Amino acid sequence: MTLALHVKDLKKSFGGIAVTQNVSLEVAPGERRLIIGPNGAGKTTLFAQITGDLKPDSGSVSIFGKEVIQLPVHARAHMGMSRTYQIITLFKQDTLAHNVVLSLLGIHQRKKDLFNPLLTEDALYDQAIGFLDSVGLKHQAFRNVSEISYGEQRRVEIALALSQKPKLLLLDEPLAGLSQDERVMVSDLINNISREVAIVMIEHDMEMALAFAEKILVLQYGKVIVDGDRDAVVNDPKTQEVYLGH
Amino acid sequence: MMKKSLIYVSLILVLIILPIFFGEYYVNLGSQIMIAAIFAASLNLLVGYGGLTSLGHATYLGLSAYASAWLFSRYGMSHAYTAPIALLFTTLVGAVFGWISLRASGLSFLMLTLALSQIIWGIGYRWVDLTNGDNGISGLTRPMPFGVNLENSNNFYWFCLIVTILCLFFIARVVNSPFGASLKGTRDQDKRMSALGYNVWMIRWVTFVLASFFGAVSGLLYIYLNKYIHPSVISITSSAEALLCVIAGGAGTLAGPILGSILIVLLKNYVSGFVERWNMLLGIIFVFIVIFMPAGMGPGFSQIKKRLFGGKQ
Repeated sequence: MTLALHVKDLKKSFGGIAVTQNVSLEVAPGERRLIIGPNGAGKTTLFAQITGDLKPDSGSVSIFGKEVIQLPVHARAHMGMSRTYQIITLFKQDTLAHNVVLSLLGIHQRKKDLFNPLLTEDALYDQAIGFLDSVGLKHQAFRNVSEISYGEQRRVEIALALSQKPKLLLLDEPLAGLSQDERVMVSDLINNISREVAIVMIEHDMEMALAFAEKILVLQYGKVIVDGDRDAVVNDPKTQEVYLGH
Repeated sequence: MMKKSLIYVSLILVLIILPIFFGEYYVNLGSQIMIAAIFAASLNLLVGYGGLTSLGHATYLGLSAYASAWLFSRYGMSHAYTAPIALLFTTLVGAVFGWISLRASGLSFLMLTLALSQIIWGIGYRWVDLTNGDNGISGLTRPMPFGVNLENSNNFYWFCLIVTILCLFFIARVVNSPFGASLKGTRDQDKRMSALGYNVWMIRWVTFVLASFFGAVSGLLYIYLNKYIHPSVISITSSAEALLCVIAGGAGTLAGPILGSILIVLLKNYVSGFVERWNMLLGIIFVFIVIFMPAGMGPGFSQIKKRLFGGKQ
């Protein structure tokens, strides 16, 4: 079986500080994988190396069997990998629909079109509104991102990621900063994502995260300290000691 | 949409008939404004839509003007050859300079554009055999497209008007296209754009090349208008003036560079005849714009119109 994501012996240091130490990770197609660890454990740094934002010192990253370590960030997106950010990075002065259109265009040949206007009557906008509908934001489609709530912005982030029809989705703390009601809403969205998509998620909300996860990787000081099936990892004394605080 | 088209058509008609009512001085002033508008609009692609502030854009106006003048005066080539060669040469230089400058971003990008333009300016001043140095190149003529004599100031004005409309039309199409949307995206969130599958560097480089091309077009019109070129045209002052046009008019808007060019060219040519320290006046006006219309005159006037008459901007 070809793995959706295969990270092998990844290493990264900043000066003398090792932020990723021989990290390996295997994610099967359709799998729900959770990455946990205390603050500063290197979770987001690991994501950055998987997406190509950060070049590792050594090791390899394969997406659906293809080595991508030498590929730039944008090329990895074309291989079916999509992501959300811990800190929301949307186009705040544009409408929600335009944000999703930009996402759709990213993997579309039309992005090279220099001459024909991109109008709101365009079929891409219809598609964008469809994706906004799937996250419950169709009615806000033509409002600017800066005018909607933080929780709604989180849902737009997910709409952007889903609109690229990814096969591998990286979610970086999708519940961060949300109210209880918003957490439930975003959790439901994530839980309803098709099984054709493998999801790797970093999350601190353990109630939601454990309900989501099939497998868990625990990081501490850039090292994998536990990796395996959810129940085994949760009951592992090392997990209890470094993260769950029991 | 219909109303907008009607406004554009009316405006073009007014611009067409203007030379009939004004003397040669004002007609030439009109031509100067149009050349400055193309130049500023080309820079606006980088600054306003790409978020790439360049302090070396006069390079492309100057190189194109020099190339045309040099081929004409040195080899006696006709304008039918000098114009496309000058455009091609300048665009190729833009492609190379863009490749170099876009190794960096932000302040470093600005410094690289400045450094590269200083090299060209140095060549303009010091490589006397090639550029005639401080004396510049003179003794040039204007072309005669389809037998129309552009030595006549009215004809030249109309020629500039046609070229300006074509350039602004193409620039408008670019910024409203999917590519334009991508470009604005790279200005606002470059990392996010990469993650969405956009080759940010390539988008910026293509924009740089386009900006060089339109800068070159303005350079050709410049040399036809003045029939003389001096190294000061490639100086940092020229680049800064274009940047001023963009910022004062409204970066990232289509009307902004036109409004900025009207302001700067009028101040430079007209007001300077009455006010000795016109640079000081320019400074005061610029400060006024930055304080009261921080987004520039275009968006500023839209706001005022909205307040006075209500409705959409």
